[in-house]
Amino acid sequence: MGALVAVFHRELALSFRQRSELMQPVMFFLIVISLFPLAIGPGAEILQRVSGGVIWVAAILSLLLGMERLFRDDFTDGSMEQYLLSSTPAYLIVLVKVFAHWLVSILPLVLLSPLLAMFLNMTWDMYWVLLYTLLLGTPTISLIGAIGVSLTVSLQRSGVLLPLILLPLFIPLLIFSTSAIESVSLQLPYGFQIGIMLAILLFTLALAPAAIAYSLRVSLN
Amino acid sequence: MSILRLINISCEKQDRLLFSNLDINIDAGELFFLKGENGAGKTSLLRILTGLSRPATGQVVFCGNNVSDDTNQLDNLVYCGHKLGLNSALSAVENLVYWAKTHKQTVTIPDIERVLSLLSLVGMEDLALKYLSAGQQRRVALARLWLNEKAILWVLDEPFTALDTQTISLLESKISEFVVNGGSVVLTSHQQAKFSCPQRNYILEYQI
Repeated sequence: MGALVAVFHRELALSFRQRSELMQPVMFFLIVISLFPLAIGPGAEILQRVSGGVIWVAAILSLLLGMERLFRDDFTDGSMEQYLLSSTPAYLIVLVKVFAHWLVSILPLVLLSPLLAMFLNMTWDMYWVLLYTLLLGTPTISLIGAIGVSLTVSLQRSGVLLPLILLPLFIPLLIFSTSAIESVSLQLPYGFQIGIMLAILLFTLALAPAAIAYSLRVSLN
Repeated sequence: MSILRLINISCEKQDRLLFSNLDINIDAGELFFLKGENGAGKTSLLRILTGLSRPATGQVVFCGNNVSDDTNQLDNLVYCGHKLGLNSALSAVENLVYWAKTHKQTVTIPDIERVLSLLSLVGMEDLALKYLSAGQQRRVALARLWLNEKAILWVLDEPFTALDTQTISLLESKISEFVVNGGSVVLTSHQQAKFSCPQRNYILEYQI
């Protein structure tokens, strides 16, 4: 347990020492969402209809932007080798790293979402469902994204490859999250979509850490 | 007593066979000096024997178990590779505290400061590593050899790179002392190191 707490502290310390990298996804998220009302006009009804999709697409793209650095530094400076040469299970170390990344890079996007919901004229009910979908969907994105990052970490130019691998995998999340937000706007039940998102999160949480650890070993081989 | 056994190990990189059918046994209290030209596969062999890379054939047995299967033994091994395993945004003390905790070493900050002082890094304990020279960073990485008191095997890939003569002498003495006390060391270096303990030289031939 002490080892995992140390990994968590290290990740937080590194994130706050590299604040500029930390701010990039948040700024990107804010800018993309601010551009939409300018591009499609201030019509309240149109903005409300597209709001869920806009926030979710912006969230996915912002997350991909910051995802690459998840294992990059550890791979280039040899810290990854030291993780794998410790008796602390690698899947637990990567799980802690992904959680720390979610906490410092993604949680701020979730916390900013009330402001952005206001920009896009979302109702209070729509906002709550958006918050549920973000809280259930963004950890899944982190976990799935980490598999992609660990597979491509040894490649020198993985810039475009990573989104090409990952974006298709996020389609189910995008469909269920926007469907839940649309359902609430039409005053329909949305429990099914939230349930599916929860199931995807639990499934990913069970399997992704082992897949990430294995992919890192393959990348180091 | 055998600490490390390499059984029928072969390695291929980019369709080139680096070495094949290696059978090596390393005993407790043995210094195994691996030599060979650039590209002969020394680093690949060291990575295979720590379990970081998988061989094309064969297996590595460390303390009686397959090195890839039994991770519990890994805290008894110290690996210093080409990459230092240190984050440049963290200080020497932070890097070593983190390493000690993940490797389940009971090391305190005064212990770390004492070792850093032995390695002539007084006053640099709390500086981010990016402000230290390559040799000083290497010394921080090598501090693990002093801090891991449970270790029974050191795997050192070119440990003398970037070090000054004084630190090279210190490291040679430390390696000799470790071997005399029953530890095993597998080492590669292009430098002529002087150890005060017996050493077994093994030359890895470059294969075309």
